[in-house]
Amino acid sequence: MKNNLLLGEQRGALTLDSHAARGNEKISLLLGGLALLATLTSTVQAETVFVSLEKDNALAIVDPVAGTLLKTVPIGQRPRGLALSNDNKFLFVATSDDNTIKMLDAETLKELAKLPSGKDPETFALSPAGDRLYVSNEDDSLVTVIDLTTKKVIQEIKVGVEPEGITVSPDNQWLISASETTNMVHWIDTKTNAIVENTLVDPRPRAVNFTADSQQLWVTSEMAGTVMVLDVKTKQPIKTIKLEVEGVTFDKIQPVGVVIDKDRKHSYVALGPANRVAVINAQTYEIEKVLLVGQRVWNLAFSPDQKRLYTTNGTSNDISIIDLESQTVTKSVGVGTYPWGVAVKP
Amino acid sequence: MSFLHYWRAMSGIVGRELWRFVTQRERFISALVRPLVWLFVFAAGFRAALGLAISPPYETYILYEVYITPGLCGMIQLFNGMQSSLSMVYDREMGSMRTLLVCPLPRWFLLLSKLLAGTAVSVLQVYVFLAIARVYDINIPLMGYGYVLPSLLLSGLMLGALGLLLSSFIKQLENFAGVMNFVIFPMFFMSTALYPLWKIKESSALLYNLAQYNPFSQAVELTRFALYGQFNLHACLYTLCAFIVFMTAAIIGYNPSKGMMMKKKGGE
Repeated sequence: MKNNLLLGEQRGALTLDSHAARGNEKISLLLGGLALLATLTSTVQAETVFVSLEKDNALAIVDPVAGTLLKTVPIGQRPRGLALSNDNKFLFVATSDDNTIKMLDAETLKELAKLPSGKDPETFALSPAGDRLYVSNEDDSLVTVIDLTTKKVIQEIKVGVEPEGITVSPDNQWLISASETTNMVHWIDTKTNAIVENTLVDPRPRAVNFTADSQQLWVTSEMAGTVMVLDVKTKQPIKTIKLEVEGVTFDKIQPVGVVIDKDRKHSYVALGPANRVAVINAQTYEIEKVLLVGQRVWNLAFSPDQKRLYTTNGTSNDISIIDLESQTVTKSVGVGTYPWGVAVKP
Repeated sequence: MSFLHYWRAMSGIVGRELWRFVTQRERFISALVRPLVWLFVFAAGFRAALGLAISPPYETYILYEVYITPGLCGMIQLFNGMQSSLSMVYDREMGSMRTLLVCPLPRWFLLLSKLLAGTAVSVLQVYVFLAIARVYDINIPLMGYGYVLPSLLLSGLMLGALGLLLSSFIKQLENFAGVMNFVIFPMFFMSTALYPLWKIKESSALLYNLAQYNPFSQAVELTRFALYGQFNLHACLYTLCAFIVFMTAAIIGYNPSKGMMMKKKGGE
């Protein structure tokens, strides 16, 4: 945005130059108007979408308003998990085959640090304050806690077999780790880094996410084809939503990514090889709509204003852009081979 | 001959056709049922058939029923064009055609008016169909309903002109079955109405070429692009040229001194 404004100012400056040279007020006014228009239209580009490309070892940068791929930059071996710091200054990418999580400047994409993530990092979560990073170490059944100031491991928490989904509650009270094989979510107190409670969930939990008020935890189960809503107070399920799509066989419905909007009106679940995103009423827990996107949709991210949703479609090599007001897929943009994670910078 | 004279004749012909269409409730319903059966039954069976690739004017993945909708608009116009040609034969048999043709206006103008009348009916049918499709959750951008009007007029005129041309060949109503078998079905199935060109190419290069040069394909593509606010110049020019060729041939065909009318008379 800042760049665009600068560009606009430069255009304005050029206009003044041409005015001085020609001494023609009308032309200058017209050009000035055009420059202003250009500035206004360029500021429409509200955000930048980053997508990790698992097979291309690269990061794709997309302008979602124009619906175009801006550029692709090499990032490291097998990049998967992707997240931005809350102040949007830093971008974290889990480069799994490099056995590290890279910390980049979100503006220049310059590498600032390699974090000691442990072996084969895939998913990770940032604390709301941005001082800690929690990594799921699938092979070692551990959650590694990294202090972002010292960039050192401060603790390793033993969890169930194959931890994958990981998230921190917005009120910074709970760290959640979901174990794919143990079929459990572990409630870890962020102050003590100790497991306080475990909740048994449907087979193969993949992704976990809190509602903005930190009162509910949504868990997707890949094998059961369900999404479970857990109450944070009781740590027990209050609803299990069976995900069904007309005309799609049960074995193809493998939910992964789940996001809930800030007003808890709707939640969106990526249905994997069903190639669809389910729109769920987060009050009544009814599936309101299913939207057709690209193939093997896994991860989801909102635009900062929550007017759009971005999906990474692994095997069709693109991302789909969903307009949330009309709840329609507006465009699918080719980004590169095996898009995995997605993060949005305002 | 004053302009008013021409206007009165044209509005009379178009008005008669529209009135006939609206009052013939069975015809109105059957014209709608055909594409709706395709949409609700046929397309439902192939729902996910196209989930693999994106081709313009679409910008994302679509369900089959979304793809088939412009094709069904084309189908409505194709059948309507043929229906109009059928009614021309009927009019000729009943004698009302003679009344029309003795009118002191040029023959081409009368034929064009007939054609416009048929097109107006087909456009009306398409809009009713699109309204029902919208209820069925086939969401076309609102502007698309406006953009599609000129394209529907052109494709309606082209298909109507083809109908006119055919009617100049047909001696009796019974021969309409031949039109179904030799014109409507091949034109409809060898087109982009039901499957995109890239999909046809996968199965047969010959079919691909036939579909590509089929004027009905171009009319459907023109409608498809217009529904999404885009202008397909190639399809527009192709449809326009086809219209001019069919119309010229139909006018010649209806010329008593040159065309098919003469031959038919000789044959009777």
